[in-house]
Amino acid sequence: MSYRNDPYDPKQVAYLDPAALDAAIAEADKAFAGAADPDALTQLRHLHLGDKAPVSLARREIGALPPAAKSDAGKRVNEARRQIQDLFDARSVALAAEQEQRVLAEERVDVTLPWDRRPRGARHPLSTLMERIGDLFVGMGYEIAEGPEAELEWTNFDALNIPPDHPARGLMDTFHIAPEGSGLVLRTHTSPVQARAMLTRTPPIYVIAPGRVYRTDELDATHTPVFHQVEGLVVDRGITMAHLRGTLDHFARAMFGPDARTRFRPHYFPFTEPSAEFDIWFPQHRDGPQWVEWGGCGMVNPRVLRACGIDPDEFSGFAFGMGIERSLMFRHGISDMRDMVEGDVRFTRAFGMEL
Amino acid sequence: MRVALSWLREHVDLSADLSADALEAALVGLGIEVDSIVDLRTTVQGPLVVGRVLTVEELTGFKKPIRFCTVDVGDANGTGAPQEIVCGASNFAPGDLVVAILPGGVLPGGFEIGARKTYGHMSAGMITSARELGLGDDHDGIVVLPPDTAAAPGQDARPVVGLDDVVVEVEITPDRGYAMSVRGIARELGLALGVPFHDPALASAPGATAEPAYPVDVRDPIGCDRFAARAVRGVDPAAVTPGFIARRLTQAGIRTISLPVDITNYLMLELGQPMHAFDLERLRGPLVVRRATAGEKLTTLDGAARTLDAEDMVICDDTGPISLAAVMGGETSEVHPGTVDVLFEAAHWDPVMVGRTARRHKLFSEAAKRWERGVDPALPLVALARAVELMTTYGGGTVGAEILDFDAVVARTPVDMAVDLPTRRVGVTYEPARVVALLEAVGCTVTVDGQRVSAVPPTWRPDLTDPADLVEEVVRLDGYDNVPGRLPLAPAGRGLTDAQRRRRSVARALAETGHVEVLSYPFVGTPALDALGIPDDDPRRALVRLANPLSDEEPYLRTTLLPPLLATLRRNVGRGARDLALYEVGVVFQARPDAGAPPVMGVDDRPAESVFAAADAVVPAQPWHVAVVLAGEAEPAGWWGGGRQASWADAVEAARTVLDTAGIPDERVTVRSAAMAPWHPGRCAEIAVDGVVVGWAGELHPSVLGALDLPKRTAAVEFDLDALPAAPVTPAPRVSGFPPALIDVALVVGEGVPAADVQAAIVAGAGELLESVRLFDVYASEQLGAGRKSLAYKLTFRAPDRTLTVEEAVAARDAAVAEAADRFGATLRGA
Repeated sequence: MSYRNDPYDPKQVAYLDPAALDAAIAEADKAFAGAADPDALTQLRHLHLGDKAPVSLARREIGALPPAAKSDAGKRVNEARRQIQDLFDARSVALAAEQEQRVLAEERVDVTLPWDRRPRGARHPLSTLMERIGDLFVGMGYEIAEGPEAELEWTNFDALNIPPDHPARGLMDTFHIAPEGSGLVLRTHTSPVQARAMLTRTPPIYVIAPGRVYRTDELDATHTPVFHQVEGLVVDRGITMAHLRGTLDHFARAMFGPDARTRFRPHYFPFTEPSAEFDIWFPQHRDGPQWVEWGGCGMVNPRVLRACGIDPDEFSGFAFGMGIERSLMFRHGISDMRDMVEGDVRFTRAFGMEL
Repeated sequence: MRVALSWLREHVDLSADLSADALEAALVGLGIEVDSIVDLRTTVQGPLVVGRVLTVEELTGFKKPIRFCTVDVGDANGTGAPQEIVCGASNFAPGDLVVAILPGGVLPGGFEIGARKTYGHMSAGMITSARELGLGDDHDGIVVLPPDTAAAPGQDARPVVGLDDVVVEVEITPDRGYAMSVRGIARELGLALGVPFHDPALASAPGATAEPAYPVDVRDPIGCDRFAARAVRGVDPAAVTPGFIARRLTQAGIRTISLPVDITNYLMLELGQPMHAFDLERLRGPLVVRRATAGEKLTTLDGAARTLDAEDMVICDDTGPISLAAVMGGETSEVHPGTVDVLFEAAHWDPVMVGRTARRHKLFSEAAKRWERGVDPALPLVALARAVELMTTYGGGTVGAEILDFDAVVARTPVDMAVDLPTRRVGVTYEPARVVALLEAVGCTVTVDGQRVSAVPPTWRPDLTDPADLVEEVVRLDGYDNVPGRLPLAPAGRGLTDAQRRRRSVARALAETGHVEVLSYPFVGTPALDALGIPDDDPRRALVRLANPLSDEEPYLRTTLLPPLLATLRRNVGRGARDLALYEVGVVFQARPDAGAPPVMGVDDRPAESVFAAADAVVPAQPWHVAVVLAGEAEPAGWWGGGRQASWADAVEAARTVLDTAGIPDERVTVRSAAMAPWHPGRCAEIAVDGVVVGWAGELHPSVLGALDLPKRTAAVEFDLDALPAAPVTPAPRVSGFPPALIDVALVVGEGVPAADVQAAIVAGAGELLESVRLFDVYASEQLGAGRKSLAYKLTFRAPDRTLTVEEAVAARDAAVAEAADRFGATLRGA
């Protein structure tokens, strides 16, 4: 190892002079502060921290010092260099931040511009409501049962204890399929799905059947020839009217909130006995809280069970049904049936994807 | 049915202060629907008084007869002077008692009465008709009170005309015919409110005499199991129907006709027994009750000449049919204004027969409605006793001593049930004594034998035939409100079926990609199919026809979703919408022309599997389809730039959305150009899965757009969802972590070569190293030469286990190009 062993000469070690070091720091500080952007700052780096920078030259001079002075001088030089580096780093961070601020400001946009670049689609609220009801019952272990819309008279009427001359047939204004005697109708209710469910399954049967039904009513504000119902059917051992009520109460609360409850009124349906119509207490009704007629229900008539091959002494069941349009109308304050029928996109879009 | 509370009170001890709400609750609680309860005391406001007409001056020179009258209204007008009133009716004379409303009064409907000048005179008030008072539909003249009315001029007229009552309008379900009467409703109110009911049918009535009131031969005791009659001779033909009967008929919506007819209608309302009044003098020879012979003729009271069916029941005399039994009388035998000898008939007819006859002849009379729902066969003699009594009281004459009563009514069979059946079916514990008490309350005769009860239903309840009917009576009388709620525990479920999930997913995906769901009517006419250019031999012409369509223009059910969906599109356009994307998921109906009729199936047990399958085979096929229609801009213009017109490509993309959502992998789908109505032959994609065509997508044919008045470039998709195969279980891909090699390649081919085919060749040629291929540019230019086009692809190659060398990637690229060259003569552009 060799080094210059020059005699100590203060002139030769001018850079090591504490004042000179302080000056170098001050000069660097001033220069860095004058840099307008990170590029300019980078340009300044070598002047103050590079090989020819005063602190670098000072470090080189340390070798010329007597051993006793080296340690002290080294510390001084390092300290000076560290300070300049800190100044550089601080300025660098500040400039980067400044530049980022500038870029961000330049890139500012009006985020309140309309967000309708892609046209918005929508489900029909009747579909959404039917699926919602289906999901509720599927969650309870039910299956969704189906049947054809053009249906056998036998399943639509006979199997449901509505023989050909029953007054109830006259009350359901039925679309018959040509020719006369075809034995086919457009189903007047979702109840034929009950018969099909019983013919294709063995108890315990827990099914829900939403679907389209038809009656020969002209379209007006309160009638439509094509509408939707949902039908529920349970056939199991020991099923009682209390089970029916509990199920409908649960249904009502799930659809209309925790305050909803049902009221049963005796009624007549050929396919259930005992039969009831049920109302729902609807606190959110637009005309104030009130009972709203919701649907029909009852214990499956043993004659229906027999016609579908189920022993009424072993099994009992309940069934219920309600109009989807009607439910949607009072749930959402729709006053005109035609709105749900005509397919005006302004109506449907208002409901979006969910209810 | 509309009935006055005062009438009900004659048969049931209702409390004097029974409120309308309590009345409604009582009826509804037992299953009688209440349409309205109208308190007549509040319907006319202000001074409504009895007046006596003093003078009548006929005013002339007007288009209709007008009278200027003075009317004594006592002190009701404050002065005692005669009230001057102009009146447009002419059915009254000086001295008549009328009903006048004075200035300050208000008639129903908010019609305020004042003093005003009309027809040249001051008229201070109005002489009222029944309709103006809200008492009925009679507006032929003003109300003239009977001369013996115990009311003085100036007195409040409300009690006199029945405006002091409450009228209840109820709806009766088809099973409860007995409730279509004052008797029945009063009985129900007695049960509901726990107050005594006095059954008018329990009044004593004399039975048949050896000599009949009139000779009758009942030849069909199934159609007519009871036929009773009594005569009253020498009645006053001018006798007037008493006010209370007229009023009650009017309230029930039945016109008053003549005293004998009004009596029959009155008793029908009171007891529920429809009756008939014959003019004895007009009957020729003994009566015969029988089925009609097919083609027999009868002119009924409504003036209609009817051709009878072999199933109809008729009452005949020597001249032939004189009455369509149970439904409507004939013209020739009916009582008329000169009738002095009346034969009242009360019978019992087969409800099924009456229902069929009523439907066949479209005669839904008040009588037919009751017969169809069931009439108490025990009523005829009581009804006749009441009829002859009312007749002689108000019309004079002498009651004949002879009473006819043909009675073939079959006694009711008891209904047997386990005494705990109501408890087991309802879920409420009913003690045996309670069950018996409730069944007795509805009129059953009950005997208990151990754990079983046997109930003979009352004569007025033909609907009680099964144990379940008795269960309903128990829970109905005990109260539906007492049934608690309990949730049954369903077995573990399986969720939606694959088909159900798929329909939902497809519907949701289309909505999420900007389409709006429509649920349209499925009714179509052949012009709609013609407009779509669907050829005669197309399967979409296999239409299911309705026997009784709402509109003769649209008697068929859709075989394609497009006609109703396009109509909805047009309706939206008509309402100002321009950019539309609509879709529908629904069934179509495919006729089975040679299917015949389904086999006859009974209801005593399930039909045999094969029989039901045979029946089901007759039902039209009803596959689920999905259709999309697009018009206007698929992407709107906005602050981001210009818009983009919806086109065939958007339709094909919607089709892809459907297939994707249905879980059909791309490699099983083929797209081909096709000519298919109603699409544009050059812009129609036929889409097949595993080679089976499942639908079409593209722009509609310009002539279709013209015929249906649709926007330019309207595009459409229709798919048979049920034709899509089940989604496979997808094998997971191996995701390589090694870098890809990217190579672009531009191939020049004939312009008629489908891009999809070229891509298939590339995929086939490139081999397993090809990870993906994407067409990024299509262009034609002079440089390429006429009839040529360039297809530029980005190919991504990658190996699962190593970084590919350039040589490997290039070799694969060359193989791809070679395959395309081999199949389509493709050349590398620039090569």
